[in-house]
Amino acid sequence: MSDLKKIKDEFIIKLKGKLNLLEINQIKSDLFGKNGLVSSQFKKIGSIPVSEKKKFASELNLIKDELQDLIESKINEVEIAEINKKLEKEKIDITLPERSYVRGKIHPVSQTIDEISSIFSEIGFSVEEGPDVENEYNNFTALNTPDDHPARDMHDTFYLDEKKQKLLRTHTSPVQIRTMLKGKPPFKIIAPGRTYRSDSDQTHSPMFHQVEGLHIDKNINMGHLKGCLNYFIKEFFEVDKIKMRFRPSHFPFTEPSAEVDIGYEIKDGKIKIGEGDQWLEILGCGMVHPNVLKNVKVNPTKFQGYAFGIGIDRLAMLKYGINDLRAFFDCDYRWLNHFGFDPLDVPTNYRGLSR
Amino acid sequence: MKITFDWLQDHLKTNLKEKHLLEQLTNIGLEVESVESLSTDNELFKIVKIIKTKKHPNADRLKVCDVNIGKNEIKKVVCGATNAREGLITIYAPPGATIPKTKTKLVSAKIRGVMSYGMLCSESELNLSDDSKGIIELSTRYGKSIGKNYFSKSKSNLIDLSITPNRPDCLGVRGVARDLAASGFGKLLGFNEKKIKSKKKQTLKVKIRKEKNHGCNVFGSCLITNVKNKESPKWLKDKLISIGQKPISAIVDITNYVMFDINRPLHAYDADKIEKGIIVRNSNSGEKFTALDNKNYKLEKGMCVISDHKGVLGLGGIIGGIRTGTELNTKNILLESAYFYPKSIRNTAKKLNLDTDAKFRFERGIDPLSIELGLNKAALLIKEICGGEISKIDIQKIETYKNKIIKFDTNLFEKVSGFKISTKEMIEILENLGFKIKKDKKYLKLTIPSWRPDISQEIDIVEELVRISGYNKIEIVNPIKERFKSTLTQTQKLFHFLQRSIASKGYLEVITWSFTDSKYNNNFKGGEKEIKIINPISSELGVLRNSIFSNLSIYVSKNLDRGFKDISIFEIGPIFKGSNPGEQSTIVCGLSAGKKNRLSWIDKERNVDVFDIKKDVIQTLVEAGYNSDKFFIDRETPNYYHPGKSGRLFLNSRKDQVAAYFGEIHPNILKEIDIKTESLVGFEIFLDNLRIPKKTLNDQKTNFVVSDYQKSERDFAFIVNKNVSSQDLKNAISVVDDKLIGNIRVFDVYEGEKIPENQKSIAISVTIQSSEKTLNDYDLDKINRLIIETVENKTGAKIRS
Repeated sequence: MSDLKKIKDEFIIKLKGKLNLLEINQIKSDLFGKNGLVSSQFKKIGSIPVSEKKKFASELNLIKDELQDLIESKINEVEIAEINKKLEKEKIDITLPERSYVRGKIHPVSQTIDEISSIFSEIGFSVEEGPDVENEYNNFTALNTPDDHPARDMHDTFYLDEKKQKLLRTHTSPVQIRTMLKGKPPFKIIAPGRTYRSDSDQTHSPMFHQVEGLHIDKNINMGHLKGCLNYFIKEFFEVDKIKMRFRPSHFPFTEPSAEVDIGYEIKDGKIKIGEGDQWLEILGCGMVHPNVLKNVKVNPTKFQGYAFGIGIDRLAMLKYGINDLRAFFDCDYRWLNHFGFDPLDVPTNYRGLSR
Repeated sequence: MKITFDWLQDHLKTNLKEKHLLEQLTNIGLEVESVESLSTDNELFKIVKIIKTKKHPNADRLKVCDVNIGKNEIKKVVCGATNAREGLITIYAPPGATIPKTKTKLVSAKIRGVMSYGMLCSESELNLSDDSKGIIELSTRYGKSIGKNYFSKSKSNLIDLSITPNRPDCLGVRGVARDLAASGFGKLLGFNEKKIKSKKKQTLKVKIRKEKNHGCNVFGSCLITNVKNKESPKWLKDKLISIGQKPISAIVDITNYVMFDINRPLHAYDADKIEKGIIVRNSNSGEKFTALDNKNYKLEKGMCVISDHKGVLGLGGIIGGIRTGTELNTKNILLESAYFYPKSIRNTAKKLNLDTDAKFRFERGIDPLSIELGLNKAALLIKEICGGEISKIDIQKIETYKNKIIKFDTNLFEKVSGFKISTKEMIEILENLGFKIKKDKKYLKLTIPSWRPDISQEIDIVEELVRISGYNKIEIVNPIKERFKSTLTQTQKLFHFLQRSIASKGYLEVITWSFTDSKYNNNFKGGEKEIKIINPISSELGVLRNSIFSNLSIYVSKNLDRGFKDISIFEIGPIFKGSNPGEQSTIVCGLSAGKKNRLSWIDKERNVDVFDIKKDVIQTLVEAGYNSDKFFIDRETPNYYHPGKSGRLFLNSRKDQVAAYFGEIHPNILKEIDIKTESLVGFEIFLDNLRIPKKTLNDQKTNFVVSDYQKSERDFAFIVNKNVSSQDLKNAISVVDDKLIGNIRVFDVYEGEKIPENQKSIAISVTIQSSEKTLNDYDLDKINRLIIETVENKTGAKIRS
C-alpha cells in the first residue's frame, strides 16, 4: 500500500469520528500545514521518476481534494450543530409585550371634512376658506339679511365689539361673498369650517362645523341642485339608494330656498340612513338670491346657481353613530380613541371613503 | 304658530284628512314642528276648588289640600305650589290622566307618607304656557263650573308650525288656509266680513305726529261704550284653549282670537283712563311708563309710543301700559288697529329687550290693509258678547299704502326650477294666493297682495310657483364628473399633510373651541393682546384664543384627572391676533405629557423631553418636504416655554419667519394651572409661515444623483465653550466643501472630568465623498485639516488630541 493510500484511509477514519472545531483544524494543519502530510507529499513530486510522476501527482491531487472536501463538510456540520445547540439556549418568552408604541388618531370631524372634500372633488368643486372673525356685512348684509331683518334673530351671534360690526361667523356663507368678490364666474366651490352661535345645550354647541357649497354658472337650476345633493348624500353614507325630501323653506340669501330631509329608521337601536319613514333634516339650500349676486357684482340676468350649507358634526354623528354633539369638543381620551380614525385612513375615491 | 284642523276649517273646505294635512303643510313650506294630542285625556282635567289646605306633616314645603272636584266630592291632594290656598279655583288631574308636558300617567301615591289622589296643575304642565311658578289660578267666574271639564271635547290635534320669518301672513289661521287652498288642499271659504253700522262718531281725538323716523303711519280706532266685560262664551274659550291659550276675559280673548285668526293684532284701552286724546309720536329721552308685564320702562328718544296728554300709554305694536289697561269692570273701550313699521318695532324691542306676540308679528309685517277688517270683526264680537254701543271707525293716516306691482317673465320659472308648468297653471296658483293678474304678451303684470311683504321681485314669484307646484316636481340632473381646477391649494394640501403627519406620531387630534378662559389664555398669549367676546356664553369662554395651548392644557389636565398618565394631543386650527377679519393664523399645536416607556419590562422609563418633541416637529417638517439640513434653530421662544429647554425653528438661516416653537412648558405655568404630570412638552408649527416650496415634490424627484465612489467617515472631537451650539459646529463644517462633505452627525456630547470648566466636548462624524473620484489619503487629509481649521477659527473650538 502506498503512502498516499495509507494517509487517506487513516484520515478518513479520523474525520468520520466525533470531532470539535479545534480537532478538525488540527487535522487540517496535520495534512495541509507547512509540513503537513499531504503538503510534504507534494514536495516529493520533484524527486519522483518521470514515468511515475504523472500518476503520482494525479493521485495526490485526488486525495487532497477528497480530504479537503471532507474537512469542509465536517467543519460545516460542526458549525451547524453548534448553532443548533446555541438556539436551544436562546428560547425566550415570545408572549412578552412588544416595545411600547403610541397610536395617534384623526378627529371624526376632520375625517368627515376629508370625506366631504373627496366627494365634491369628483364632481369638480374646489375648496375655499374664509376667516372665523367676520364683519357684519359679509355675514349678514351682503347675504341679503339687513340689520332689521328678523332672520338675524335666528342666529345667536357672538360679537367682538359694542357696535356689532365684528363677529364670529354664524355660518360658512360669508365665504360665498369672499369667493365671488375676488373672482369671476363660474364658481364651483365648497367651504368647510368652524361656525359659531351663542347657543349651548345638549344638542347645540357654541362652535360647530359647516360646509358651504356654491355653484354659479350660466344655466344652473334647481335640478342641478337636487342632483348634486342627491349624489353627495348617497356617496357620503355609502348607500345605493337614498330617500331624500326637498321641502320649501326660507333663507334670506337664497330664493327659492329648501330644506332637505333624509329618510331613516331605527333598527336594533341603530340608526339606518336611507330607509324607513322617519325624516331627518340635514341641510339647507336654495338658488342664490339675485340680491346676493348683485352685492358681489355678478350679473343675475346672466349667471345663476345654487348654494347649500350642511352641518358637518351632524353628518359625522349620523354616519358614525355618535350620540352626543358636546363630546366632539370634550377631548376625552377614551372618546378620541374610540371615534378617531387612523392617520393612514385617508378618504379617497379609489379606495372608498371608509373601511 | 299653533293651529288645529278644526280652526282651519273655519276658512277651508276640504274632504281630506288630518294625515294629509300634515304632509301638505310641510310640502308647501309651512313646516310641521310637532303634533300634540290635547284630546286624549281632555275630559279628565276638571275645574275644581280648594276647600281647605293644611301643612304636610312630614314636609315643610308641601300642603295637603281638600279639593272639591264637583258635586261636593272631596279628594285629598298633596301639592307643593306656594299659591295653593283655600278658595282657589284651579285645574285638577285625577289618577289615570296623562300630564301633557311630561307624558307621565298619574297614579294615586303616597307622598312623604300622605296619600295623594291626583294632582293640581300648573300652566306649563298642561302646555298652556311656560309658567311653572305655581298652579293655575282661574277667575272666580269659574265658580259655577266646578267639576266640569276644563278642555272642550275637541278631537283636533294641536299642530305646531314653524313659520319662516318671511311669512307673517301665515301667523294667522286664514293665511295658512289660503296657502293650503292654493296647493289644492280644499277651497278657501269667503271671508264673511260684517261692517260696523253706526252713526255715532268716534269722539276721542287721535293724532299721528309726523316726525323724522316715525314708527306708525296708520292708526284706526273705534269706541265701544257701556260694555260689560265678562267670561268668554264656551265656543271662544274652547277655541283659545285648543291652541294652548288661556282664556282671560271676553275683551282680551276677542282681541287675541282676531289676532290668531287673521294675524291682525289689536289693542283695547280703557277709554275712561285716556286723558283727552291719543297722540302717536316718538318718545322723548327718559320718558317712563309701566307696561302690562308690570315692569317699568325708561325710553330712549325716538321710540314709537301711543300717548295721551298726560304721558306714555304704551309702546305701539309691542306692549300696552297698565294705566289704560282693560279690567273686568271696564265700561268704555277704545279699540286700536294700526300699522307700525317693522324696523321701528325691531329697534325698540331690541333696545328694551322686549319680546311679545304683537312685536313678533309687527316686526315681520302686518297686512296694512287689515286695519278696518280687524276693527269690524273684533268690535262686533265685543258687542255681541259684552253688549255696548260701537262708534264709527276713525282712521288717521300719514301715508297711503299702495300695492306693489311686478312684471313677471314666465320663462324665468323654467330657467330657475328646471321644469315646466303652463301659464294657465301659473295664473291659477297666483290667483289662489291672492295676486291680481293682468296678462301681457310675454309678461304677467302682478299686483302683490298686501299681506305679502316678502314678495318684491320676479324670483319671489318663481318661489311661490315652485313651492305650490311641489318641490317633488324638480327633476334631478346628475352631476358631471369633471374637474377644471385642483380641489386643494398647496397650502390646503400642506394643512392636511401636517394634520395626518402629526397624528401618525402618536398624537390624538382634538378640536377645541376657538374661545377660551382668559385665565388660561393669559398664560399663553405671549405678546398678543386679549380679544374679548362682548356676549360670551360664560365668563370661562370669554376671549378668543391667542394660542391653542390654553385649551390643550385644560384638556390635558382633564384627561390626567381621568387617570391617563401619558397623553399626547394636538389641534390644527386658528389662533387670533386681533378682532378684524384675517387677523388670525393657522397653527398646529401639540402637547405631550408624562413618560416614555412607562412600566416597560424591556426599556428604561423616562420623562418625555424636549428632544422627543423636537423629533416630532423636525420629522413632520421633513416629511412635508422641507430640507432639515437648512433648518436653523435658536433659543428665542415666547415666555410660556422653559427658557433653557425650548427652541425656535426657521426653515433656513435667513430667519425670515418662525416655522415652529418647541420645548418644555414653563414650570411657573405648570404650577399656575396645577397640572399633575412628570413632564409637559409642546410645540407650535405655524402653517402660514411655511413657505410653499418652489419645487414641487415631483420636480425634486426627477433630480436623482448619487455617487458611486467610495465614501469615508471621519470622526472629530472638539472642545468648545459651553455656549457654542452644536449647530454652530455643524454649520462651520458644512461650508468647508459642500461638494465633498455629506452627512454631519453629532454623536456625543460630554462635560465633566478631564474637560475644563465651562467647556464641553462635542464629537462629530462627517461623511466625505466625491462624486468624481475615489478620494486618496492625500485628499482626505487635506479635507480633514480644513475641517479642523475652519471649526477652530469660526467657533473657538479646539480639536481634542
